[in-house]
Amino acid sequence: MTALPDTAARPGAAPAPGAGGAAPRRGRSTLRRALAYAGLSVVTVLVLVPFAWMLSSSLKRDNQVFTVPIQWIPQELRWSNFIEIWERIPLLTYLGNSAFLSVVITLLQVLTGSFAAYGFSKVRFPGRDALFLAYIATIAVPWQAYMVPQYIMMQQAELTDTYWSIILLQAFGAFGVFLMRQYYMSIPDDLCEAARIDGLSEYGIYWRIMLPLSKPALASLALLTFVNTWNDYMGPFIYLTSNELWTIQLGLRSFVGQYDAEYAMIMTGAVLSVLPIMVIFLFGQRYFIRGIATSGLK
Amino acid sequence: MTQALTQPTPAPPRRARAWRDILVGWSFILPNFVGFALFTLVPMLAAFALAFLEWDSYSSPEWVGLDNFRQMFGDENFHVALRNTLFYAAGHIPLTLVAALGLAMALNRRIRGVQFFRTAAFFPYITSLVAVAVVWNMLFNPTAGPINQLLEAIGVAEPPRWVASTDWAMPAVIITSVWRDMGYYMVLYLAGLQTIPREYYEAATVDGAGPWQRFWSVTLPCLRPTTFFVLVMLTIQSFKVLDLIVVMTDGGPGRSTLVLAQLVYREGIREGQFGCSSAVALVLFVIVLTVTVVQFRINERRSAT
Repeated sequence: MTALPDTAARPGAAPAPGAGGAAPRRGRSTLRRALAYAGLSVVTVLVLVPFAWMLSSSLKRDNQVFTVPIQWIPQELRWSNFIEIWERIPLLTYLGNSAFLSVVITLLQVLTGSFAAYGFSKVRFPGRDALFLAYIATIAVPWQAYMVPQYIMMQQAELTDTYWSIILLQAFGAFGVFLMRQYYMSIPDDLCEAARIDGLSEYGIYWRIMLPLSKPALASLALLTFVNTWNDYMGPFIYLTSNELWTIQLGLRSFVGQYDAEYAMIMTGAVLSVLPIMVIFLFGQRYFIRGIATSGLK
Repeated sequence: MTQALTQPTPAPPRRARAWRDILVGWSFILPNFVGFALFTLVPMLAAFALAFLEWDSYSSPEWVGLDNFRQMFGDENFHVALRNTLFYAAGHIPLTLVAALGLAMALNRRIRGVQFFRTAAFFPYITSLVAVAVVWNMLFNPTAGPINQLLEAIGVAEPPRWVASTDWAMPAVIITSVWRDMGYYMVLYLAGLQTIPREYYEAATVDGAGPWQRFWSVTLPCLRPTTFFVLVMLTIQSFKVLDLIVVMTDGGPGRSTLVLAQLVYREGIREGQFGCSSAVALVLFVIVLTVTVVQFRINERRSAT
């Protein structure tokens, strides 16, 4: 549970406003701290209210969701919602599909991204930096501007309504290359030079030196890619029409469209769709946030 | 990136070595590059060409010059979508920026347990848009939703009907997107705040500056590079907004939340009007590019003075 380890407590970092050096007056600093906690709690509660609503509604009956005044803690907790939903929609299939797509795309992105990043950072050859610039430039172009040509390509190749379309379009992004290269640049070239003198091939250096050294960056990239793929809506929405291929996001959206008055059940589905990502995030948030803070790009 | 460019190239190696390096270098890059070139680079270039073609899914492509653009500017949907996109950007950019900075300032304390609060503030960002949209649509429920109950409790006689009304649907979408994105930009601001030397604050305090003055004359100027970056990212993100709209309002009610990217999707993918939709896509790209370039220019000028 240590978020932001890099930025949290560094000597010489900006002091907490108002907390600086008031040691003699103990009582005042305790009061200040209490106020700080109170302020933080208020902000956090405000941020988390929608989640509270989601969880609370998921444990109610449909007709208890919208009551005046709001019941934040349901009178009876209907845990049975969490059993019934599995029969109402093929939730297991949807979750499995999402997991499959996320794992495959993450693996491909991490492997090809880190491999290419080695070429871009540790092997010198003409045209390398120009090529890398082309990679970077595409990150700034909104995907929405070229989604139609992509769709035409997939249609011509008859890959729509297959996982191939999603995997091919998302597994080779420039972002992975960019993130890994940033990290490789911080690893001294001398290390590779020494390995070369020892007779290791470039592939050996990549596999036995760079990969083990870049575990934190690999973790960042893997987590970011996994979460993005799991949460992606437009990709599956455009390409996947067969119900048995749907991801959890499509499944949940279609459930909402069909049974828009089953408020409680909709919230149950929402909780279940968010849960895996929350667990993954709680375990890996250090890498997740470091990835964002160092690259600054999604 | 600059690091690689400024590194001196080693003394001209022997020819065989040079060729070997090219082969080895490309062998590393190729697995990713093939996919990247085919599925990102080619479609990107094709997008430009498509805008000048008359092409739907039934006929073969034909060069028509600027016809698509003429048609687009005559299309009322385009004007509505452009206006809505600007409205969204005008709300989303400043509100997210202020919320993210506020969160970062509040959470930039060295007290026990601050990690927990930071994690909580970041949670919305990793939540899927479908879940976010579904929950907020209920929160915004006009009759019995918590938001309107709160508004009524504090004395608003006729609270807005939010996603059910043409006037308030876009503000509802903006509020939702600010809530979801602020945690992400908070992380960037927190990183920026850590780079401000403690001595600056001490010096300001010695000079008699209060907390408010310290914020305006130390914190904000020192955060300028971060703010610039956040602004650029927010701008790009705002103009290309699509998925939140699709899952939350689908452009409605009426056309009140129809945005440019959605027009591209509707015309291009749903209706198969490839040429027309690519013209809209090109406009979208040019807007994003122009705003970004202008921001870079302003930033350069300010840095120079």
